[in-house]
Amino acid sequence: MTILSIDTSNYALGVALIEDNQVLGEYITNLKKNHSVRIMPAIHTLMKDCERAPSDLTKVVVAKGPGSYTGVRIGVTIAKTLAWSLKIPLVGVSSLEILASGIGRYFDGYISPLFDARRGQVYTGLFRYQSGVLESIKEDRLVMINDWASTLKELDKPVLFVGNDLPLHQAVLEDTLSSQAVFAAITEHNPRPSELALLGSVKQAEDIHSFVPNYIRLAEAETKWLEANGKILKG
Amino acid sequence: MKKDQWIMGLETSCDETAVAIIKNGREIAANIVASQIESHKRFGGVVPEIASRHHVEQITIVIEEALNQANLSFSDLDGIAVTEGPGLVGALLIGVNAAKALAFAHNIPLVPIHHIAGHIYANQLVTELKFPLLSLVVSGGHTEIVYMKEHGHFEVIGETRDDAAGEAYDKVARTLNLPYPGGPHIDRLAQGGKDTLDLPRAWLEEGSYDFSFSGLKSAVINTVHNAEQRGEVIAPEDLAASFQASVIDVLVKKIIRATAEYEVKQVLLAGGVAANKGLRMALEKAFSEKSGIELVIPPLNLCTDNAAMIAAAGSIMFEKGIRADLSLNANPGLDIEIYN
Ligand SMILES: [Zn+2]
Repeated sequence: MTILSIDTSNYALGVALIEDNQVLGEYITNLKKNHSVRIMPAIHTLMKDCERAPSDLTKVVVAKGPGSYTGVRIGVTIAKTLAWSLKIPLVGVSSLEILASGIGRYFDGYISPLFDARRGQVYTGLFRYQSGVLESIKEDRLVMINDWASTLKELDKPVLFVGNDLPLHQAVLEDTLSSQAVFAAITEHNPRPSELALLGSVKQAEDIHSFVPNYIRLAEAETKWLEANGKILKG
Repeated sequence: MKKDQWIMGLETSCDETAVAIIKNGREIAANIVASQIESHKRFGGVVPEIASRHHVEQITIVIEEALNQANLSFSDLDGIAVTEGPGLVGALLIGVNAAKALAFAHNIPLVPIHHIAGHIYANQLVTELKFPLLSLVVSGGHTEIVYMKEHGHFEVIGETRDDAAGEAYDKVARTLNLPYPGGPHIDRLAQGGKDTLDLPRAWLEEGSYDFSFSGLKSAVINTVHNAEQRGEVIAPEDLAASFQASVIDVLVKKIIRATAEYEVKQVLLAGGVAANKGLRMALEKAFSEKSGIELVIPPLNLCTDNAAMIAAAGSIMFEKGIRADLSLNANPGLDIEIYN
């Protein structure tokens, strides 16, 4: 089994190859550079260094969002096209779950990975390891950071926050949660593509043709049209 | 005997997800177009974010259909041609990244194509191109005259300084409360009207092959407005006919004058507005009076955005040795003269 994982859903760009319970290699950068220019060369270089050909791949795993609409589409388009044309399974994994996966493994409490979504909002969710398995406690969402902090205050355990955008929201979280809030070190903030591959290794394969990113939000024009036409929006 | 050349084309620059396979640059083996027009209609125009989302939903389905229709597999392909630009950046990115993934997975050369070069090469699916030639490119985003001295060499001798002809059509259609896209509705109305309003023609300076349609668009809006204030009603048919007569008059006279200066063998019509009946008829009439120049007008399905035209251009660019590597990006402002 040789799994390729791809994450272009936020600023961090990640590619990994794992094989038979071994991480062969992974590549991560955290730069405001163009994913479209860099992701295919990154995949090519990693596979060449690991001496693996596209025909050796047995599965493709991709970060499906939330994140940048354009960024996540680049990864998802490449993953769909590779998986379909190589006739191998495709798995999509929440971009937030990848962040929670590594750091949460040895933490007794909840993990709330987050990406900034502007205007005081974050993309986040709540995860927890139970008997060695990462479980989603609250599904991925777009929420005001203030509201999210209040929700988490009700929990009975500490909450570990992780993500490169943490500095934007740390003050609010500290104010509301005080010692209940735990903050990850900077070395944990980039989603690890090897964690993505590992998560994908045990998840159900997607229907490749119909697979799309998890945008969380409708396109802005769609929202406005629904409002203008008196349709009620859920959530 | 030379081996057959098979090129796959991918086109996602606007609101069509299209994949085609062309044999030897001339024969269509597959030509699949998934149109999103119904999805954008309610917004009165193409919404870029929604177009990008649809492309992701459609891309592998359309590639599969093209291979099935041509009864081929990836190992049969010599090259993958993809629209690099111009167009909507988020939409272009889907085609570009799918093409790169295919090229990498199956070790197939990748050929970057300019969207307008594609529109011009739609004509190669109709007949053999003879050089030198001129192409009149008229679409929603472009109005230009392109001179080609040989295959794969493009020189823009005239272009619009403001609105594209197709844009002017859409804006006038909105003034007449016609549904999106307005071009075909105006064309249909114009067939039943008369050129009675004497709308302006923008000839620009002496000898210029450039175009301008924003003045005409304003003239239409003013004419309607003034008539309303006087309590008069202008027949929409006459307004459409007068507007269309002005657009066509300028397009036809400029291309005719260019053929004399550039001594070309062929004139090619290209782009979505090439589907316009009024324009086709006017060009056919003008060129029937000019001997020695062949006028080529592609069938309707090759005038609007499609991938057969991208693969046809790809066939020529492939032979010229034009290649992209895996860092190819979408380029919404791509210049057609870059690969000369
Ligand atoms: Zn076009």
